[in-house]
Amino acid sequence: MRQVAKAFGHVQALDGVSLEIAEGEFFGLLGPNGAGKTTLISCLAGLVRADSGAVEVMGHDVQTDYRNARRLLGVVPQELVFDPFFTVRETLRIQSGYFGIRRNDDWIDEVLENLDLTAKADTNMRRLSGGMKRRVLVAQALVHKPPVIVLDEPTAGVDVELRQGLWAFIRRLNHAGHTVILTTHYLEEAEELCGRIAMLKQGRVVALDSTRRLLERFSGRTLSLRVAEPERLPVELRARAVVRDGFLDFPLAGCQEVELLLAAVRESGCTVQDMRMTEVDLEDVFVSVMQGVQEGAAGGGR
Amino acid sequence: MTGFRTLLYKEVLRFWKVGFQTIAAPVLTALLYLLIFGHVLEDRVQINGLNYTAFLIPGLVMMSVLQNAFANSSSSLIQAKVTGSIVFVLLPPISYVEFFMAYVVAAVLRGMMVGLGVLAATFWSVPMEFVAPGWIVLFALVAGGVMGGLGMVAGIWADKFDQLAAFQNFLIMPLTMLSGVFYSIGSLPAFWQQVSHFNPVFYLIDGFRYGFFGVSDVSPGKSLIVSSLFLLVIALATLALLRKGYKLRY
Repeated sequence: MRQVAKAFGHVQALDGVSLEIAEGEFFGLLGPNGAGKTTLISCLAGLVRADSGAVEVMGHDVQTDYRNARRLLGVVPQELVFDPFFTVRETLRIQSGYFGIRRNDDWIDEVLENLDLTAKADTNMRRLSGGMKRRVLVAQALVHKPPVIVLDEPTAGVDVELRQGLWAFIRRLNHAGHTVILTTHYLEEAEELCGRIAMLKQGRVVALDSTRRLLERFSGRTLSLRVAEPERLPVELRARAVVRDGFLDFPLAGCQEVELLLAAVRESGCTVQDMRMTEVDLEDVFVSVMQGVQEGAAGGGR
Repeated sequence: MTGFRTLLYKEVLRFWKVGFQTIAAPVLTALLYLLIFGHVLEDRVQINGLNYTAFLIPGLVMMSVLQNAFANSSSSLIQAKVTGSIVFVLLPPISYVEFFMAYVVAAVLRGMMVGLGVLAATFWSVPMEFVAPGWIVLFALVAGGVMGGLGMVAGIWADKFDQLAAFQNFLIMPLTMLSGVFYSIGSLPAFWQQVSHFNPVFYLIDGFRYGFFGVSDVSPGKSLIVSSLFLLVIALATLALLRKGYKLRY
């Protein structure tokens, strides 16, 4: 994607987004609601036409060479949509046919099995629960074994069991060489699955790096203390802390600071009632980036 | 071609699964028209030397073809748009020409099925002629194509069901009802006869009726030319909308 821009009326949904995702990557696209994630995916899928810039899938432009580009893509839409006239198996056979594949039952059976849908194969779509419908959406995106799988919030409203099963299946596909692009609000999922992450805000990429480096960039531990009579702490010490759930969170530059902090607390006459040490996670990174707290994060992905 | 075939199969399966509503119900409606108008006017009206019921049957058959072809493509598209399931046909590598062809052919098939149903249910009521069956089939196909295409335009344009209903009630119904289904335009005052010649559906019904009785208000050749031109205009307009992605791809 090069300098992709898209406006809906006065709203600039995408504002010059450039991204290059390598074959075989497990790529995460994160951002708050309205950041432009779905618009970006829709541009990739040809559902939305960019005002400017270019989008290619494995060298095929999504506008001028749309047939080849779409053949390479399997998209799981965010909305829970379904065609109420058909059974699960009919839905998947029809979807295979749209991609030019006939007699696809072996693969359809495998996908059904992996998504725990075999028992529902001959059930009408209307009779499925929300979670089941979500599984069928995933199955529909996979019927033509696309080299690039795009999952737009695939686990929204899905139970833990399916989530684990789904990720195990998608991981296997990724290990087999399929590129996976994922948007999710479950940051722990992105942290666990994605090798590289882009963060979007107001239609712009505000961070783009490998998950490991993003976490390192925001590395640091936090010492959380619950103390009796915290008002007795020196003002400068209290100013360093963020109050959260009854704890005072002190960001640490290093472990050597722990002893200094505890000594300062002791000197003020306060008693430590509870204590915990936490590592930074993707949620902290996300919050920091989105709040613009960490200087320099924004430039990385432009 | 597999994309086209699958989309066509899906569209046919869609209306076939609810055949009671999409095929049986329109046949019943046409039968009711025949019973009421035929009974009331049978002994009082003769048109072009034909008794009224015989004259009415081809009109009812054609009206069923027209209305059901329109209903098929328009309702399929609006439902898919409103529910969001339209993405399933927008994401695959289906060209806009395949898209158009699949919806229109499915509309023609439904129109023909209902038309055949109406014919089968009514022709026992009065001795019927089939003077030129080729014209009958030809005009039915063109009519299905015209209304299948118009249904696509309506389905693409409408964002809500009431907009589609407005298209149907304020455009399709008057064009159909005022085209000579129930009467010959020869029975109209001169002014309205002239106005009727601007209604493209009139030529479809007039040519279709010629296939049964060998008599018509205008020559079937002229009717075919006008109808085919209308079909061409509708097809080009629909293809242009699809190519642009109007109200489908934003």
